[in-house]
Amino acid sequence: MWKYILKRLGYMLLTLLAVVSITFLLVHTIPGDPFTSMVEDLPEETRQLYMEKYGFDKPLIVQYVRYITQLLTGDLGASLRYPGRKVGEIVAQYAPVSASIGGLALFMGVVLGLTLGILAALKQNRWPDRLVMVIALLGTAIPTFVIAAVLQYALTVTWPVFPTTGYGTWKHLVLPVTCMCVSPLASYARYMRSSVLDTANQDYILTAEAKGVDRFHIVTRHILRNAILPCITMICVSVGGIFSGSFIIEKIFAIPGLGKYFISAINDRDYSVVLGLNVIFTGIYVMAMLLSDILLMLCDPRLRLSNDK
Amino acid sequence: MENLPLNEQDFIPLGASASEGEVLAGKPMTYWQDAWQRFRKNKVALFAAILLVIIALFTIFGPAICGYDFTAQNVKIRNQAPSTEHWFGTDSLGRDLFARVAVGGRVSIIIGICGALIVGVIGCLYGGLAAYFGGRVDMVMMRIVDILSSIPNLLLVILLSVVLESSSIPTLLFAMTITSWCGVARIVRAQMLQINRSEYVMAARIMGVSPVKIVLTHFIPNTISVIIVNLTFRIPGFIFSEAFLSYVGLGVAAPNTSWGTLASAAQSTLLFYPYQMLFPSLFIALTTLSFTLMGDGLRDALDPKMRR
Repeated sequence: MWKYILKRLGYMLLTLLAVVSITFLLVHTIPGDPFTSMVEDLPEETRQLYMEKYGFDKPLIVQYVRYITQLLTGDLGASLRYPGRKVGEIVAQYAPVSASIGGLALFMGVVLGLTLGILAALKQNRWPDRLVMVIALLGTAIPTFVIAAVLQYALTVTWPVFPTTGYGTWKHLVLPVTCMCVSPLASYARYMRSSVLDTANQDYILTAEAKGVDRFHIVTRHILRNAILPCITMICVSVGGIFSGSFIIEKIFAIPGLGKYFISAINDRDYSVVLGLNVIFTGIYVMAMLLSDILLMLCDPRLRLSNDK
Repeated sequence: MENLPLNEQDFIPLGASASEGEVLAGKPMTYWQDAWQRFRKNKVALFAAILLVIIALFTIFGPAICGYDFTAQNVKIRNQAPSTEHWFGTDSLGRDLFARVAVGGRVSIIIGICGALIVGVIGCLYGGLAAYFGGRVDMVMMRIVDILSSIPNLLLVILLSVVLESSSIPTLLFAMTITSWCGVARIVRAQMLQINRSEYVMAARIMGVSPVKIVLTHFIPNTISVIIVNLTFRIPGFIFSEAFLSYVGLGVAAPNTSWGTLASAAQSTLLFYPYQMLFPSLFIALTTLSFTLMGDGLRDALDPKMRR
């Protein structure tokens, strides 16, 4: 098992390097530079000086090597647009905001989604199943920004129960978290339902029933334990995504999160911030995938054995 | 045994010979006939398919029915509520929303279907080749897929839209499909490998069936159902991505429009003119819902394991 994890770690670093290289190239092909969009008429000489200071006059390969060595020392770079702001500080400031909302939303979505999915599968083709499937279908069919706009309209304007925008108290969290948990809730419910149904049709469930194991133990020990395995990967990927935030939700509810900052950094051509944030997002994603592999192996003895061979 | 009230007379055939049995049995059905029969019995999926046809007809003939051009502005009739004159009302520039929703639907549906087709073709070729070559080639090819799918999808779409500096439909499609074929490639490869390991393919090989015939009768029918179902579920995803891009301001450029563009334009005036957001959102939701329900029906109909 350790050998497998080490191998995965190696792949992880390789993936990270490849993604950084691809985005580095992409970001540097964006037409225009940060200085043209910053000040309308920067004198040509000053512009040249700036370009020299940041090394943009050097060939791309030199810039690339410089960037990678800088990354290896743990320095994610500094903003070009707002001198003195380090990418690390930006993440430290905005990511917790995004993560608090995204984390709560994901937690609610996963818990409610899995529960509803299990309920639907166990009551297959009866009214709880139908109801859950209707909720799940609506949750996947209505765009987030529509849900957000309607909820904001109804609960802050028509009946002012919650503050319209902003971030700070628990009341500010209710609406964004509700809007954000709809889509994970729907997909987890659908996924868990079909996973439970699949598992319930397996031969070993029939064996357990034939041996006279009572219903409760069949469901908890045999069906759920196997049905939840495919969901682990999904949950890990979602956990990786909560730090990057949701641009739509952050914009509608005026939340100072990383998602909004990221889009504005792209529009500002703030190369170093875009690249730095991307390194972080990808790093978290890759680690989440590794975590899901390890978790799967811990939960599923079959995988552990097949990888030892 | 001896106590049973049976005698030899009970075991005499009633007269139907073996050849007559063939006549009595139903006609043998092909895979697609069988699938169609099962799909037809699924009322929900059938209704979804019919709804999709209606929506498609609406986007094709809508502008002609209402008689308004979707770009014609008229300041005298700004922000009118739905009426007999303008069925869906008018927007802030006095443009007829019925015509705009219909034309916007064309863009959204074209992006959804073309996106799914593009990722379908690329994914099939890539996944099929990886499974065919196997070994080292397969490993390198799947490693590339891993790397591509690690790039945050949204970041890539936004970056590409900015890099390519255009908001035409092909650009949007390119940006949205550049990494999303990876999922299809994985599914195709896994399915191919599974079929290749199966007993019936081994039996066919041992009996000396030609490789071409094995591919035609076993690999393609068993893979295509999985692909069709997967692509049906992907279409709403593309419609949603387009709506998101429009929301960020990277959607199709004016004068062209889409459901996402219409819905996000209506966002700022939601307080005063809620109907402007209602219609495009309603169509996004209905289309997405129909594709999802139809996908569910197709999966139940096409899955050979459901066959009894």
